[in-house]
Amino acid sequence: MNKLGKHNHPYIPNSQPEIKAEMMKTIGIKDVDELYLDVPERYRLRKLLNIPRGMSEFEVKKHVESLLAKNKTCAEMLTFLGAGCWPHYVPAVVKEIVQRSELLTSYTPYQPEVSQGMLQALFEYQSMICELTGMEVANCSMYDWASALGEAARMASRLTNKNEILVPRVIHPERLATLRVYAEPAGITIKQVAYDAETGQLSLEDLKSKISEKTAAVYVENPSYLGFVETQVEDIGGEAHANNALFIVGVDPTSLGILKPPGDYGADIVVGEGQPLGNPMNFGGPLLGIFACRGDLKMVRQMPGRIIGMTTTKDGNRRAFCMALQTREQHIRREKATSNICTNEALCAVASAVYMALLGPEGMRELGETIMYKANYAMRLLSKIQGVKAPVFNSPHFKEFTVNFDEAGLSVKEAHEKLLKLGIHGGKDVSKEFPELGETALYCVTEIHSKEEIERLAKSLEDVLAGRC
Amino acid sequence: MFWLGDVKMVKQADWSEPVIFELGRKGRRGHILPAVEEEVKQVVGNVDTIIPENMQRKSKPKLPELSEVEVARHYIRLSQMNYGVDSGLYPLGSCTMKYNPKINESLANSKAMNMLHPYQDENTLQGILEILYRLECWLAEITGTYEVCLQPAAGAHGEFLGTSLIRAYHKFNGELEKRREIIVPDSAHGTNPASASMAGFNVVVVPSDKDGCVNIEALKEAVSERTAGLMLTNPNTLGIFEKNIEEIARIIHDAGGLLYYDGANLNAILGKVRPGDMGFDIVHMNIHKTFSTPHGGGGPGSGPVGVSEELAKFLPVPRIVFNGERYRLDYDRPHSIGKIRSFYGNVAVLLKAYAYILSLGNEGLREVAEISVLNANYVAEKLKGIKGLTLPYGDEVPRKHECVFSAKPLERETGVSALDVAKRLLDYGLHAPTIYFPLIVDEALMIEPTETFEKEELDRFVEALRKISEEAYKNPEVVLKAPHNTAVSRLDEVKASHPRTMILSWKMRLKKGGE
Repeated sequence: MNKLGKHNHPYIPNSQPEIKAEMMKTIGIKDVDELYLDVPERYRLRKLLNIPRGMSEFEVKKHVESLLAKNKTCAEMLTFLGAGCWPHYVPAVVKEIVQRSELLTSYTPYQPEVSQGMLQALFEYQSMICELTGMEVANCSMYDWASALGEAARMASRLTNKNEILVPRVIHPERLATLRVYAEPAGITIKQVAYDAETGQLSLEDLKSKISEKTAAVYVENPSYLGFVETQVEDIGGEAHANNALFIVGVDPTSLGILKPPGDYGADIVVGEGQPLGNPMNFGGPLLGIFACRGDLKMVRQMPGRIIGMTTTKDGNRRAFCMALQTREQHIRREKATSNICTNEALCAVASAVYMALLGPEGMRELGETIMYKANYAMRLLSKIQGVKAPVFNSPHFKEFTVNFDEAGLSVKEAHEKLLKLGIHGGKDVSKEFPELGETALYCVTEIHSKEEIERLAKSLEDVLAGRC
Repeated sequence: MFWLGDVKMVKQADWSEPVIFELGRKGRRGHILPAVEEEVKQVVGNVDTIIPENMQRKSKPKLPELSEVEVARHYIRLSQMNYGVDSGLYPLGSCTMKYNPKINESLANSKAMNMLHPYQDENTLQGILEILYRLECWLAEITGTYEVCLQPAAGAHGEFLGTSLIRAYHKFNGELEKRREIIVPDSAHGTNPASASMAGFNVVVVPSDKDGCVNIEALKEAVSERTAGLMLTNPNTLGIFEKNIEEIARIIHDAGGLLYYDGANLNAILGKVRPGDMGFDIVHMNIHKTFSTPHGGGGPGSGPVGVSEELAKFLPVPRIVFNGERYRLDYDRPHSIGKIRSFYGNVAVLLKAYAYILSLGNEGLREVAEISVLNANYVAEKLKGIKGLTLPYGDEVPRKHECVFSAKPLERETGVSALDVAKRLLDYGLHAPTIYFPLIVDEALMIEPTETFEKEELDRFVEALRKISEEAYKNPEVVLKAPHNTAVSRLDEVKASHPRTMILSWKMRLKKGGE
């Protein structure tokens, strides 16, 4: 008997002794352990697990809150971190909708007749992603950008029957690491294409030297991991297609109100990170993998993940939604499925749908503009500080940019630690990832940073570098 | 409320809600962004002068244009056309649809969780690292494994990590070239063969025996020097405990393979039996099943993986390490397979699991397992008398957390199939069980009540099934045409997937001119 004595645990109604006895009587047992008699004796656990005793709700709350209070959040310091997980404002309506218990506590919509709400919301998400990226079909989510890229590489290899993927040298190291794990078992090799030292742009020359009849796909990120816009995407896509390879583009969707959508420059598959569209950072998870492609059937049949389709009721009287093309999936195709994914990030996709619907065409354009103004303002201010180079590359930048401290005689780490004392968290240190760039950090500025805050960063950095604090 | 005999019927809301693209009006806005300061604009200049001409977006994305009011109303209405665990019983077998405690939601939705960035200075992250480190330790204790990795975003993602670890292990031993096969029972979840295949293995299927367990003779024949491992769910998808697990483990280990535990059914054995003790080398858990976090209509979930000491060195980076004073993220693991996603895992989901484990504690978790098994056997016992349903694989052996009935006799005698039964259950305000799985049971109804539903709700489920059986024999039409009380009636799913008629986006609908 647990410490609850005569009571049931709040989450376990039938643990009340009387009810339990009644139910055991129905089954014809005297002790619940009789239901475990088929478990070999030697494996039956004789002791309690070495984890704490149960707590009341109040104690749990107090305990968890006290642990969380040991952190310092981005709400408590002026933060300029991005690099794949970005600080954006999440409108209150978005939070409200995703806490609606009918959506929150539902399973994957296996019974479409009672799941029209979720199914329609996901169909709308897919549709809005298609509008944003300029593609025709999107699935209803992958785990994150990195795993979506891994799946895209495998899909390209299946479609082309080739097994080499070309990726830029300027790629998020975590995405590259993930891609390697996804690609290797499928026999896919990954080659990196160099960048132009002056502009950061993918080197077309190096691309031409590496692309071959073995190339299944060429992948670029736009904006790149280091924040600049890849401007030669038409040439890169053209080069891929000329070699019968697919063109895969990775995106930050907040840029797509102002940057040309990948569908307009020849992308065959688009992947990306949907977290900035209405999902909080949450220490890097859950995220939202975007996955979209052209509408031709050959491609759609090779897509990974759940896709929601619009149909009608059997009597044809009314529009309705259900999961489509399930024969690609593991529960039907088993080892021949296009992927093993089933549980995805559906609720994060709903959050993004609500976010995109709130902003609309005008809002998405404004979001892109606002971010670009603010990030470029920060870049200008920082570049005026003696010893600082911002950005490192001579290219247009969207919301992130590189800041180099080589001339300042201070490492990124030292600058960061001094800034932190002033209540400012600087950008991500990328000097180990890109040793050729020297002491360089990746700063991120979004619509949440005000002019005053950006100026405070510049002023503080100036003070730090001048040795004033 | 209306009644059919003595069983309550329910009507689901139906708002006939248009697709969001059909709502709103040109120029309407649902959200205003902070204004860009004039001085900023002056310093930067027009953004169109920064973006080169060829990279500018010329026409705005064709997104809907609505006020906040309309957006809120649209999605609230959609939510009302959806069934969740808070609506009622959700007995999907192998899905463990249990109650999602509200305190966990409020903790995970706090600023203290939402506003943490994964690349913050470790000195500003000591609290969250402590939570994750402790959670790893608890999950290792619960599963009897040596080390747990929290990175996978879902159960299948955990399986992919698991099969990638099997790959890494054999590669490390120089045996990957010959060890090309992963064995799965014919009762396995579809993710098992799919995950094995994703990690580059061939799949060998072994049949179940007359007790619904792995056929030992067939397993002996299936193993060879090509065997890389076996993926097993225990209790299996019939809800039956694989009593020969000791021998199974010996057969696989003797052949040089690894034993993988599919944690879909872990709920049944919390605090009662540990996969690690049974010889499993790799174990995945479904946080969104066993540890009470909501499924969100398909995710986010979380699928941590526990491994034996021998395999720990292959786990993805970073690992959280603690020196007695301070927590830090360790990337220096030369044998690590790398990463299977960005950052560290679905942390907001994991935080809910941390709170859940604390709410239950060691005794409470054992109670979870016991009551989930009690509930499943109670439902099984009550269903046994219902005409048209049978319990294959015998009723001598107790079920664990779920029971699988066959509606084969019902189908044969009345034409009412498992699918029809499932659809009719919806009319009673209950969710259907998993149907047509496992594949080894004809017309399968796979029922997992979980521990969080009260006896009265279980009784209502049993009575509804009894009523449906009566209907099937007396008036099958009502079942064959079900559901009647849901937002929409039965769907044309063929149309949804047919190349000529499929509509996968609004854009495609406009192109095709109608659904």
